[in-house]
Amino acid sequence: MSDHDYKPKSKVGQWFNDRLPLLTLANHLTDYPTPKNLNYWWTFGGILTFCLITQIVTGLTLAMHYIAHADMAFESVEHIMRDVNYGWLIRYIHANGASMFFLAVYIHIFRSLFYGSYKSPREIIWILGIIIYLLMMAAAFMGYVLPWGQMSFWGATVITNLFSAIPLVGEGIVTWLWGGYSVDNPTLTRFFTLHYLIPFLILGLVVLHIWALHVPGNNNPVGIDIKKPSKDTVPFHPYIVIKDGFALLMFMIVFAFFVFYAPNILGHADNYIEANPMVTPAHIVPEWYLLPFYAILRSVPDKLLGVVAMLSAILILAVLPWLDTSKIRSAVFRPLYKQFYWILVADVLILGYVGAMPAEGLYLLIARVATAYYFLHFLVILPVLGFKEKTLPVPLSITEPVLGGSPNLATARNKESKIE
Amino acid sequence: MKNLFKLFSLIILIITSNSYSFAAEKVEYLKTDWSFKGVFGKFDRASLQRGYQVYTEVCASCHSMKYLSYRNLAEPGGPEFSEAQAKAIAASFEVTDGPNSDGEMFTRPGKLSDKFVMPYDNVKAAQAANGGAYPPDMSVLVKARGGGVDYIYSLLQGYEEAPSNVSLDDGVYYNKYMYGNKIRMAAPLSDGLVEYGDGTNATVEQMSKDVTTFLMWSAEPHLESRHQMGFKAIVYLIILTVLVYFSMKRIWSRVESEV
Repeated sequence: MSDHDYKPKSKVGQWFNDRLPLLTLANHLTDYPTPKNLNYWWTFGGILTFCLITQIVTGLTLAMHYIAHADMAFESVEHIMRDVNYGWLIRYIHANGASMFFLAVYIHIFRSLFYGSYKSPREIIWILGIIIYLLMMAAAFMGYVLPWGQMSFWGATVITNLFSAIPLVGEGIVTWLWGGYSVDNPTLTRFFTLHYLIPFLILGLVVLHIWALHVPGNNNPVGIDIKKPSKDTVPFHPYIVIKDGFALLMFMIVFAFFVFYAPNILGHADNYIEANPMVTPAHIVPEWYLLPFYAILRSVPDKLLGVVAMLSAILILAVLPWLDTSKIRSAVFRPLYKQFYWILVADVLILGYVGAMPAEGLYLLIARVATAYYFLHFLVILPVLGFKEKTLPVPLSITEPVLGGSPNLATARNKESKIE
Repeated sequence: MKNLFKLFSLIILIITSNSYSFAAEKVEYLKTDWSFKGVFGKFDRASLQRGYQVYTEVCASCHSMKYLSYRNLAEPGGPEFSEAQAKAIAASFEVTDGPNSDGEMFTRPGKLSDKFVMPYDNVKAAQAANGGAYPPDMSVLVKARGGGVDYIYSLLQGYEEAPSNVSLDDGVYYNKYMYGNKIRMAAPLSDGLVEYGDGTNATVEQMSKDVTTFLMWSAEPHLESRHQMGFKAIVYLIILTVLVYFSMKRIWSRVESEV
């Protein structure tokens, strides 16, 4: 950041900082002017960083004891659970950590949707976020395969088979992915390798995500551009650090509840049965965080179109900054959008619910309607709403609503000038 | 703080909406009080020891438990047999070892470090002896079934005469808790089948409860330390959260903004 004229106090510090400006970076991170009206929905960025680090640390430890071999993977997981010191704790943190990671990322994404954080000038932050989310899904899917239980095996079979929908080369691609003619040992070893790699890719993208964030600075619940630094901002440290810390601790209590008292509730019982290519489970379901997309996939009768619909459901998010035509960011000042936003939340929850149910009868019908609505929201409602909606008056600064929320802009301007 | 409340409502909503998916097949399982449920849940030591007796005298003739070792029987948080008892139990089994210096396999009495001896050499042998059905390994069985302990407990007591409209093949039995109601395992328990050393009356209900408790332990041998650590961890987190909350209030009081 060019606006930084930081000079370390000590001679040694200056010498070092002239050669590698790490101290300038540290100073930037602590001083970083942050809107002072950020609510608790904004704490999930920090929580997600915690989740990523937790997954990497526990994952590294598990990898020291896990054996990526079709004949030994299931047994090595039981070895971790029984004989490795606190192996059960590390594995349960890692397994439930994936669910907590997704819980946090969904809140983070829906916060962005509500407050319009994806809009100009923050499109790159948003797109980086979508790439991170895609990589998270890949990592989670491959991680779920590693214990080599029944759901691991059959989940891997179903998902990799999706590629066979690609015309002409599909079958070849599937064989290439498997490293053979069915999901087997070569599939397991490559999934393990990729599962190990992806978190570090995510880590790199997170650095870019934060870097891109620090150029325009945080959006805020009012959704207006603010002067930085000003009366509207506080330095990141200590204000945001302690607030993020408080929220993180609350999150950790929920996390700990799952790890210690309900460690298997988010998993599927069938995954405690060792993989058996000769026996297909009655219902093959992915983990809860992938269910909405699974519902979209199954709601389309054609295999190829189903895959296209599922991928589009994610990729459509990447072009969201251009689909949403409204100039107003925050839903607080968009009464109609606010309603459609909550309908979308309900729609995604419904998709998740029917994704866990057998794809037949009423469930299938609901899945189809919900899928159609999902696309309708992004492709029709959002673009049209930007032109049609009558938005509420937006304050000029964050301090204005705090100082009394006067709808009279002139008064607000006066106050502004007085402050300065 | 209002927002925090909303946030946690959302979390709970997501979790409950998800847990619906696991209640897809509705069967009312038999209920009993499990000592290991709840924040301070612990195993009933005597029940675990009786459960081991039922397992070894009844189940073990068909069901393996390949992830357990005899030493586990003497470890804290389990049946907690004395080391001498566990050694005697291990020694009562013949273990194939080798090859020796002549290249021959040989048998010897079991040691604490040995895994539980399996009733059949391999899956095929188990299937051949059981009319084609493989008696599943019991190490993690309660975690591998949707209803968990309640399901196993009910299944053991769920044998009935088949209703007249259900026809059963030879070697297939009717069980009202089994998925599809047809099971290849004959009713394994009958009153007085084992003789408990502590004088407990060996009813089917009692044996079902004991052996299910034992299976819960075999699937989650560290359940007790998990519960104990969980309580400490959560109390610690709550205290820290409160302290951080007041620090936050203090720090934020410097700027006129609500936290």
